[in-house]
Amino acid sequence: MQTQLEAGREISRVQSAVAARRAQATLYKRPRPGEDAIRVYLLLCGILSIFTTLGIIFVLGEESLRFFTSGVTNAVEFLTSIKWQPQAGEFGILPLLESTLMTSFMAMLVAIPLGLGSAIYLAEYAPSRVRSTMKPILEVLAGIPTVVYGYFALTFMTPALRGIFGQDAVQIYNTAAAGIVMGIMILPTISSMAEDALSSVPRSLREASYGLGATRFETIVKVVLPAALSGILAAFIIGISRAVGETMIVALAAGAGSNWSFPPNFFVAAETMTGHIARISGGDLSYDSVDYNSLFAIGLMLFFITLGLNLLSQWVSKRFREVYQ
Amino acid sequence: MSASVSQANLLPTGAEFQKGLARRNFRGSVWGRFYSLSLLVAILALIALVLNIVNSAFGYAITAYEVEPTALVAGGDVGGLDAEQLVVILQDYQERRLPVYIRDNLSVVDPSIFTQVPLSESLAGRTFPAELAAMTVTELTRDQQAAVLAASLSVDTLRSLVEVEVIGEQVIHPYALSESLFERSRIDAELLEALEDEPNARLEFRSWLNFEFLTAAGSSDPAAAGVRTALLGTLWVIFITVLFAFPVGVGAAIYLEEYAVPNRLNKLIETNIRNLAGVPSIIYGLLGLAVLVRSLEFITQGRTILSAGLTLGLLILPVIIINSQEAIRAVPSSIREASFGVGATKWQTIWNQVLPAAMPGILTGTILAMSRAVGETAPLIVIGASTFIVTDPTSPFAKFTALPIQIYQWTARPQSEFRAIAAAAIIVLLVLLLLFNATAIILRQRYRKSLQG
Amino acid sequence: MTQNGAYAIQLKNVDVFYGPKLAVSDVSLNIQTRRITAFIGPSGCGKSTVLRSINRMNDLIPGARVQGDVTFQGQNLYAPEVDPVEVRRRIGMVFQKPNPFPKSIYDNVAYGPRLLGVRSKAVLDEIVEKSLKGAYLWDEVRSDLKKSGLALSGGQQQRLCIARTIAVEPEVILMDEPCSALDPIATQAVEDLMKILVKQYTIVIVTHNMQQAQRVSDFTAFFSIRKQEETPGKENRWGVLGEFAETTELFSSPNSEETERYIRGEFG
Ligand SMILES: Nc1ncnc2c1ncn2[C@@H]1O[C@H](COP(=O)(O)OP(=O)(O)OP(=O)(O)O)[C@@H](O)[C@H]1O
Ligand SMILES: [Mg+2]
Repeated sequence: MQTQLEAGREISRVQSAVAARRAQATLYKRPRPGEDAIRVYLLLCGILSIFTTLGIIFVLGEESLRFFTSGVTNAVEFLTSIKWQPQAGEFGILPLLESTLMTSFMAMLVAIPLGLGSAIYLAEYAPSRVRSTMKPILEVLAGIPTVVYGYFALTFMTPALRGIFGQDAVQIYNTAAAGIVMGIMILPTISSMAEDALSSVPRSLREASYGLGATRFETIVKVVLPAALSGILAAFIIGISRAVGETMIVALAAGAGSNWSFPPNFFVAAETMTGHIARISGGDLSYDSVDYNSLFAIGLMLFFITLGLNLLSQWVSKRFREVYQ
Repeated sequence: MSASVSQANLLPTGAEFQKGLARRNFRGSVWGRFYSLSLLVAILALIALVLNIVNSAFGYAITAYEVEPTALVAGGDVGGLDAEQLVVILQDYQERRLPVYIRDNLSVVDPSIFTQVPLSESLAGRTFPAELAAMTVTELTRDQQAAVLAASLSVDTLRSLVEVEVIGEQVIHPYALSESLFERSRIDAELLEALEDEPNARLEFRSWLNFEFLTAAGSSDPAAAGVRTALLGTLWVIFITVLFAFPVGVGAAIYLEEYAVPNRLNKLIETNIRNLAGVPSIIYGLLGLAVLVRSLEFITQGRTILSAGLTLGLLILPVIIINSQEAIRAVPSSIREASFGVGATKWQTIWNQVLPAAMPGILTGTILAMSRAVGETAPLIVIGASTFIVTDPTSPFAKFTALPIQIYQWTARPQSEFRAIAAAAIIVLLVLLLLFNATAIILRQRYRKSLQG
Repeated sequence: MTQNGAYAIQLKNVDVFYGPKLAVSDVSLNIQTRRITAFIGPSGCGKSTVLRSINRMNDLIPGARVQGDVTFQGQNLYAPEVDPVEVRRRIGMVFQKPNPFPKSIYDNVAYGPRLLGVRSKAVLDEIVEKSLKGAYLWDEVRSDLKKSGLALSGGQQQRLCIARTIAVEPEVILMDEPCSALDPIATQAVEDLMKILVKQYTIVIVTHNMQQAQRVSDFTAFFSIRKQEETPGKENRWGVLGEFAETTELFSSPNSEETERYIRGEFG
């Protein structure tokens, strides 16, 4: 006790130099140029993201404007014509858009039931041991580069489809194989978002349902799913947005050359918007040609569609949050 | 009283209830089965994907050499030969094509005038014996032509010339692993057929993923092609990507979590980042093409590693920011208060306390973002990296190719031998990603341990 | 008044707001140098709020605002030219939950001196040793200074936090319920330590424990809650200073009935 006391006293002696400096010090602000510089740097880092967005909008807008004022085509023709033949001066986006919608539709046909199904299984049925092994596997699936999925579509899914439906019915390049594989690629995204939505439904709601004598399935369908609905819808919308923007799978497996088919045929080759951008820019492209400009017009369309879907998804899931707060 | 009685009559009881319950349970179990099945489908898809790749990357192949390698060098390995020896082989077997090799690899003038101008002009800037400068290529003796090749070409280039032009290994027919295992008799029959046209044909079990594949440069000949150039390109690009995106991304995250007050600008930044994360990667490619490759060409030199690295950097920036924000948010505020409590400034607190505590999370997020960048193909195609490149990149201003680009180009070829090397390249890419992710996991675990003291 | 009894901190008509909400109103209080002043009062009456306004810790809470005068050695802490970093250096704080940095014991204590620019290993060693001795912790940890601060027991962690605070030689130490997360033995150790520290430092402690206030403090400030019904069903509550006196006096003959009921444990 006594030594402790002495030790305490000794502090002031040892640190007297510091203390002396302190005694003279005032509380007045000192300039801290380092702190200010860092703060400015950090702010600039944050603002860079805004410049990225502005850059995207400006670049897409400017080149699209050149495209529409080039005299070769105009916005109306671009949006309404069903022919995309650059060499013939025909720039109608509808065939490219149609293929994009077809592959996305196919993808959602696979990803929605399987993604939601596995989310329900993981959130409601799976024992925690199964869950902790299955989730990393889904993460692996989500981490595989899309060019690998493209390879898979071309070398596995297409031969499989041709084996099932006949070599004559299914072309080597087709939207079905691309769409199905895209669905597998998107499945983990939908599954994990939907699972989050399901898990955030409060336990009390489930217990209320069980307390009234409902089975597990009835509780899921009648209570949990409706409560998580907006989160699940948001997941679906994000899935569609991913499908619309996906490039490599369609570039490898869906085929080259636009194709307007009505009614839609999933077994023939058709180029999507992204596939077209990839193919044309991958070749020898001269700057300031109409072809070059046209890619940006397609890009602008793509940007609006995906941005719209992303905003929609955010809006939907925000409404969902309000329910429990 | 009467209400409760009548209600009791409305509800099923006894046997009726039991029957209904059985039906309800049955329906539940059927759907439960469906749910678990959909997860199973996902896992089967992953298995199919991996098997499909392995299936193409290994298997028998019917091949034929123009000249058996063992006839050139004892043991048949030309990898150990030096430039002089390789040139001698070229001279022995392809004497007449020496001028062609000079033209294809060294000429700086238009091919139509190549034979008419003196070497001082056609090979301006190359190293070759000075006394030959005044002669045209056709005036040289074979020995002199060989000397020019030996003086100017790297051992790598000479070796690949020997492999392609002299040994000339041809893949007549590659087989998938499944065919190799289960259809051996058909393969043997096809080998006999092949022997009729090509007496040198032979059957060998081939792993398309082998040491030479990893170390050889790109080539238009699938038997000689390798991924070294592409792998180096990918590593260079990722290096630039991280060099740019890490400090900027973490900076933005610090700003948003530690400095930003909820005003209009900061809310805008925040929502903007969420939306950028959802922009398709190919649009970043268009941004990179217009801004980095074209408008800023005087800095980036066009379609270079620098342009590609920055494009991918912009692409993964939102991912890094969002992950870093989460990591920073998870640092308990008691740590900040403790630091402020002993008189630290804001930045001292962030630098000494918040960042170290958040760093494992930030690094994990960054590595995941890096993995994404490594596999990105579309933006690279759009900025114009999809060209045939066989020289290793040596600076950020080099033209380059990358692993996913190489996979794309090989997969897009119809011949099955290209599919086989595409599969081998995919394995290389997936192993690279695996390494990244393993690093992330190890980092996370280290951190847990260090926190527990 | 002796030199020891001079006022270290004076609060005059202090109001604190969180956003639009008034948290404490019209607090006037003089805190004497090298004495222990205890803040007591029911939960939510604003003890922590007032305490944190003394070293401008409230600056870190978005929307928090302090009106009125808080002076430290005659200097207004909220004057525009005053640097909050400097304030916190001289008015240290110990928190309710022990919050050591996830670093070694040594680095925890050396953190503050290093910020001040002390680089010499020898000097740092000396400061760490003296501070740990001063916080009554040295004998328990001297053999293992490289151990993580988080590996200590709760009471040891709290004393480590105190060591960390005194390592930068503050003049005032604010303690917000420093013992509420500790067991009785650890509490005893921290209380003993306070009695030693007060010979050099001005100490302000928030506590819910009447016995603790009586055991350690020289002065006691009792805060209480005022309520006002703004609209039916919606109540405004804010804290006020109910009574401030020497501890023995306040506990033996409280001025108001409310204080008396509180110290007898009838509400809280
Ligand atoms: N960060 C904050 N934001 C908004 N209001 C706050 C904040 N901190 C405290 N308050 C409010 O200010 C009032 C006083 O809180 P304070 O924490 O100072 O009380 P206290 O006396 O320390 O209580 P306790 O004994 O429970 O610690 C309370 O009504 C509380 O809700
Ligand atoms: Mg409190």
